[in-house]
Amino acid sequence: MAAVTQEQNRLYERLAEVIEEKKDLRNPLIEILRIAQEIFGYLPIEVQEFIAEKMNIPASKIYGVVTFYNFFSMKPRGKYTLNVCTGTACFVKGAPRLIQMLSEELGVGMGETTQDGRFTLSAVRCVGACSLAPVFVIGEDTFGRIDAKDKIKEILSRYE
Amino acid sequence: MSLKRIDLLICCGSGCVSAGSLKIKERFHEVLAEHNITSEVNIIETGCMGPCDYGPVMVIYPEGIFYKKVTVDDVAEIVSEHFVKGRPVSRLMLHDEEKAIAAQKDVPFYQKQVKVALENCGYIDPESLDEYIATGGYEALGTVLTEMKPQDVIDLIKESGLRGRGGGGFPTHIKWQMVHDNKADEKYIICNGDEGDPGAFMDRSLLEGDPHRILEGMMIAAYAMGATNGFFYIRAEYPLAIKRIKMAIEQAKEVGLMGKDIFGSGFCFDAEVRTGAGAFVCGEEMALIHSIEGMRGNPTPKLHILLCRSWGKPTVVNNVETIGNIPTIFRKGAEWFSSMGTEKSKGTKVFALTGDIKNTGLVEVPMGITLRELIFDVGGGMIGNHKFKAVQLGGPSGGCLTVDHLDTGVDYESSKNAVP
Amino acid sequence: MKTLADLKKIREKAQEDMKLRGGNVRIKIVVGMGTSGIAMGAREVMKTFLEEIAARNLTDVLVTQTGEKGLSSMEPVVDLIEEGKPKVTYGNMNPDKVKKSGG
Repeated sequence: MAAVTQEQNRLYERLAEVIEEKKDLRNPLIEILRIAQEIFGYLPIEVQEFIAEKMNIPASKIYGVVTFYNFFSMKPRGKYTLNVCTGTACFVKGAPRLIQMLSEELGVGMGETTQDGRFTLSAVRCVGACSLAPVFVIGEDTFGRIDAKDKIKEILSRYE
Repeated sequence: MSLKRIDLLICCGSGCVSAGSLKIKERFHEVLAEHNITSEVNIIETGCMGPCDYGPVMVIYPEGIFYKKVTVDDVAEIVSEHFVKGRPVSRLMLHDEEKAIAAQKDVPFYQKQVKVALENCGYIDPESLDEYIATGGYEALGTVLTEMKPQDVIDLIKESGLRGRGGGGFPTHIKWQMVHDNKADEKYIICNGDEGDPGAFMDRSLLEGDPHRILEGMMIAAYAMGATNGFFYIRAEYPLAIKRIKMAIEQAKEVGLMGKDIFGSGFCFDAEVRTGAGAFVCGEEMALIHSIEGMRGNPTPKLHILLCRSWGKPTVVNNVETIGNIPTIFRKGAEWFSSMGTEKSKGTKVFALTGDIKNTGLVEVPMGITLRELIFDVGGGMIGNHKFKAVQLGGPSGGCLTVDHLDTGVDYESSKNAVP
Repeated sequence: MKTLADLKKIREKAQEDMKLRGGNVRIKIVVGMGTSGIAMGAREVMKTFLEEIAARNLTDVLVTQTGEKGLSSMEPVVDLIEEGKPKVTYGNMNPDKVKKSGG
């Protein structure tokens, strides 16, 4: 337990440094929240309150921002977030089927995380790779024209 | 001492990267080393070349030969046949009724296109400031700063007839004039890269493929209206675009093309990137401004219908493609620009073609070209020669057009009238 | 960088690095690199051209290659194409001749 707390403290220390570095920029809140999510993996209420205190702004404002943008999550996420594009082009080219295949392969539903904590299945609006529809994205890697489970298996196996 | 005799341009736009172009690039490095000709070939990663459906694509100079759907296994043959023996590999070329089309310029996909904003996209290395300068980059900025008054700049844009490429088609010079005329200690310019319309990847490709062009265009606009700070608002879903713009800003600052007293003119400018966090509405101007201000991206009414304010200061929001046209307008002249297009819609327009069309990808055509030409000549027609049924033009606020509208011109007026 | 003249200097240097992609080419040297050409040393000839051009700082000369030209007995064969002039074909080339032909 002590080790867990220590690890947590380290993360908060890093966040404090980031806030210190960025707080004089013009309205850095979204930038700070982005980095905070990188550090913690998600943005629980405690982290939001910590930022509120350090930046001297109401926690309610932060909550408002976090819940507005779908990039921010208040639930823990897997090591990799698998974003399926649900823009119109992907939708007509079979995004719903792709989601179904991914969901069966991973054994989780939309917005859920696999038990081993590797993947979170999520949807995202158009990623602008429409000519490759249907598309999903892991980190900075885009995978297009996914029409079979074999391809999905092969791709997922690259992410340990 | 340069012994280079071949420029190998590999398309590293998002489409080709996901089709495997980076692996192909690695393979080229290996095979060139095996043949001991590494020193003779420049490998250049470019932005989107356009025909994404044929990805990964590449162009090889000096001949200008275009290869499509290249795989890792094809690399050895390209090197030993084409690079070593000078015999281009015809099976990797595009074929028109059994005849191989060798040169990129002869590929039908490119023939009705006129590239202004996309001029360098797929032709230069987007991460190289030198290559942008080689194509005449920053010359327009230098001329504007040292030889023109801000009002002259606005007048030239007025003369060119440039209108907002984000969809609304609002005349660019009116926006600039508003901010120019508004006295304030600080003014801002925002480049709207929150492209989110379904099927659209024009702005993404421009930011990724020619970032310095957007930077130069933004600075010319800033000078015209007296802005000293710029913001690039780019979606988090576009990580490569964010990286490239950040890199371009660093490079420009390093050589003094951005910062204090640019070209000795006294003009100072600084820009930064703000990342969107995923909310479609943030493409709307006021919502976008609130998002940059670090708040919820709620659209709010403006005090004046045209004038935006961020942090209470006059602000212009211009779309990526609009800004991308600016350097070329100053290099080639307002008259040149307004000679293209229709009476009210001047210049060219970039389109992202997607769906059941043969040549999906990124194209730039003169305003006013008909949908028929765009879909059948440039786009190659329907897959499997099926009957064309309908096309969606523009975003959610655009509309669906059917076969009855195929002879509609793609310009602001005609498309507005056609959409039911 | 403080003036348009500074920019021009950088541009000229950068254009030189991009000359393969078009631009100002006065002379094009086409080396025949078919099987027999290579067997007779066409690669060496081409390399020497590249080296000599770089050493003499000739910014408007381009070296490219082609396949078999059908003149097997004269390999390596090189075409020299100068804008506005008839094409000149050189046969039995070797690195020494390349060095002499420049200037």
